Amino acid sequence: MHEMAVCNELLDQVRASALQHGARSVGTITVRVGALSGVEPDLLERAFTIARAGDYTENARLLVETINVRVRCRRCGNENEAAANRLLCKACGGYAVDLVGGDELLLASIELHGIPDAEPSKQGRNEQGQISEGEDSYV
Amino acid sequence: MCETCGCSIPGHEHPEPADTHTVEVLKGLMSSNDHAAAHNREHFDRSGVLVVNLMSSPGAGKTRLLEQTAATLGEQLSIAVIEGDLETENDAERLRRGGIRAHQITTGSACHLDAHLIHQALHEFPLADERGPVDILFIENVGNLVCPAAFDLGQHLNVVLLSTTEGDDKPAKYPVMFRAADLVMISKCDLLPLLDDFSVDRARSSLEGLGRQTPIIQTAAGRQSDIGAWIEWLKARRAEHRLPRVEEEEKATQIA
Repeated sequence: MHEMAVCNELLDQVRASALQHGARSVGTITVRVGALSGVEPDLLERAFTIARAGDYTENARLLVETINVRVRCRRCGNENEAAANRLLCKACGGYAVDLVGGDELLLASIELHGIPDAEPSKQGRNEQGQISEGEDSYV
Repeated sequence: MCETCGCSIPGHEHPEPADTHTVEVLKGLMSSNDHAAAHNREHFDRSGVLVVNLMSSPGAGKTRLLEQTAATLGEQLSIAVIEGDLETENDAERLRRGGIRAHQITTGSACHLDAHLIHQALHEFPLADERGPVDILFIENVGNLVCPAAFDLGQHLNVVLLSTTEGDDKPAKYPVMFRAADLVMISKCDLLPLLDDFSVDRARSSLEGLGRQTPIIQTAAGRQSDIGAWIEWLKARRAEHRLPRVEEEEKATQIA
């Protein structure tokens, strides 16, 4: 059971982001977890309810988007979903495949409450009209 | 129940505050561990050490393998070991009795080593001493086929041991761990004639089902020490690892 350690890593990042943006608190945290990431979504959610106690995240919610395993065959180029322990091409049965998705362990987005001076006019806008600030962007 | 305030008024919801913004991050969830791992790797590379993370279930023979490896390599390559266990200094003491430089990390109840623990250990465990520099550092991870796979330590190679007294379908049961392996070692092969339920071929096909062409070698580190294939593999990886450094040094000499 290493999900608690993973959760603490996640919350370190979330709290750093909340501090950086001057937020008051954190709402929904969205993560993407692949079936081959080594993290069990249910256990992560349970660990989160314990780990969230503390600055910013006391009332935060965790939204886990699970990602299925997908492989692409090196021989015939077919792409299909696969079981985590049976990474085979469904078209030709070959096992020389590349993983296209399913090992992700990503912090996708954080909902922040109470950001001072977050008026769109005060931020720089990129070409798509989205507001950007360093690595992160408000959407 | 309202998920925000916990009251039981049906349909009670809090409107999203106006000052709410969603920040897109799209960063690895383990970025703090991964950052520390990258830092460790830099340190290893500067010291010219090849680092091998040894993982297996408890009792697959990791410590015994290391004892035999050091005895076989003798003066050819100098090895050191960082040991991870929940409790006791037993394994490090056992290795030290065999003349191996060893440092013990006790994790308490944590089921894996992480990059921060390795970083702390490196502060107390120099990669060179009066015996000279370390050529290969082994990290003997906590015996566990689940959690250690999720934490990068800064190692260059992962070796997973599967002993013949376990099930030969372990790769299918623990795909995340066995997919992370650069080498799978089937250990305790001297017991194969006595066991009627372990087939090396079945273990191989179970591993192939994970979509990786991971090399498999068989060893027996027991009384009739037979670890030749492992020693050859290790020497070859060490030679490959040295090349970029040697080239760099040569380039630097030419420039000077």
